Amino acid sequence: MSHATLTEKQAEHHALAHVVPLRVLAAVFVALVLLTGVTVAVAGVDLGSMNLFVALGIAGVKATLVVLYFMHLRYDRPFNRIVFLACLLFVVIFIGGVLQDTRMYHPEIIPGQAPQMKDVHQPFGR
Amino acid sequence: MTTASPHELAEHAHPRNLAHHFDTPAQQFAAGKLGIWLFLTTEVLLFSGLFCAYAVYRVNHPAIFEYAHLYLSKPLGATNTLVLIFSSFTMATAVWAAQTGRQKALVGLLAVTLLCGFVFMGIKFVEYKAKWEEGLLTGKWYRPEAPPEEAAIPKQDATQKAGAVPQQSTTVDARLLTGPMVLERSRTPAGAVGPTGISPQWLERGKPSETKWIAPEPYNVQTFFGIYFAMTGLHGVHVVAGMLVIGWVLLRARRGDFGPDYFSPVDFTGLYWHLVDLVWIFLFPLLYLIT
Repeated sequence: MSHATLTEKQAEHHALAHVVPLRVLAAVFVALVLLTGVTVAVAGVDLGSMNLFVALGIAGVKATLVVLYFMHLRYDRPFNRIVFLACLLFVVIFIGGVLQDTRMYHPEIIPGQAPQMKDVHQPFGR
Repeated sequence: MTTASPHELAEHAHPRNLAHHFDTPAQQFAAGKLGIWLFLTTEVLLFSGLFCAYAVYRVNHPAIFEYAHLYLSKPLGATNTLVLIFSSFTMATAVWAAQTGRQKALVGLLAVTLLCGFVFMGIKFVEYKAKWEEGLLTGKWYRPEAPPEEAAIPKQDATQKAGAVPQQSTTVDARLLTGPMVLERSRTPAGAVGPTGISPQWLERGKPSETKWIAPEPYNVQTFFGIYFAMTGLHGVHVVAGMLVIGWVLLRARRGDFGPDYFSPVDFTGLYWHLVDLVWIFLFPLLYLIT
């Protein structure tokens, strides 16, 4: 079965889906590689508690690039976007809710009633 | 031969790859795409359970993560990240090749993507093998041969980090620093159970002149490896599944099944493969790059 090869101009008016141009894909790839380098480099710098958020922020930017361009979501039907964003919303609710809860457990609610529990928050022992 | 009824004619007057229950190729493509996005949401939610477990353990036991991640190889993790990103790029380009009818490029790019999958799993195998041999497994199988290299703290830093030093062992610390004494690692829990003397978690390695402090090992390091193997394991299963599907698409592409008017399998396989890449984009900093 033979298929005709489309030129750049024809591809813009593709019947089924948007064709992401090769140069956009290449630019996204270069950006992803650079951001990987940044995240490795930043991990070596002590920013205190900010390290985690910087690392997650860079990962978030990389993920956004992949979703928008490699996965065509920027050019996709709005309904598919809603489906994916709704999913992410539930992930945030899920993990956020559990994290709110997990800090609510105090090792000793009544002082002296659970001496063994002290170890939980003293990882190196006494 | 009898004449075909008008109904029969209408039934077969449709594009080759259009299933009978769809009106147009565009409708078929949109339906398939919605289907694969719905599937991807279930995948995201599946992984989010593991990410949630990670978050809970890390919030409650940060010391375990800060210590245990030193056992992981950053160069191997970074290499695997680049391999997956590159494979995502070749996959996205393969979709482009299918959409624009570039047959040879499509086959070649799919083959490169598949090859990247093998490279990723190969590196993963090397990492898992090392963990197995060093006793870095979960639960009761956590029996490390030695503390992680990077856990060694230079002498002067160790005094600054005195907060982590058990107070009662300061007198033995002086001997550890100066003498050529080499302590064997003990399985006896330090001080917590009884007066066992020198904490076995204070190890000294190398020649006396290069004496270094080793950061004390926190309790329950095995939980890190439980999470590590669960997350990278499930991700690895997804990589293997993706490779199988890419292999099937590759065979079909070689047969010439795909072109501008029909490329759904390439596109949808690509979406799945990108999701596998997405998960790794988060796994890499969360497991390998903890500060």
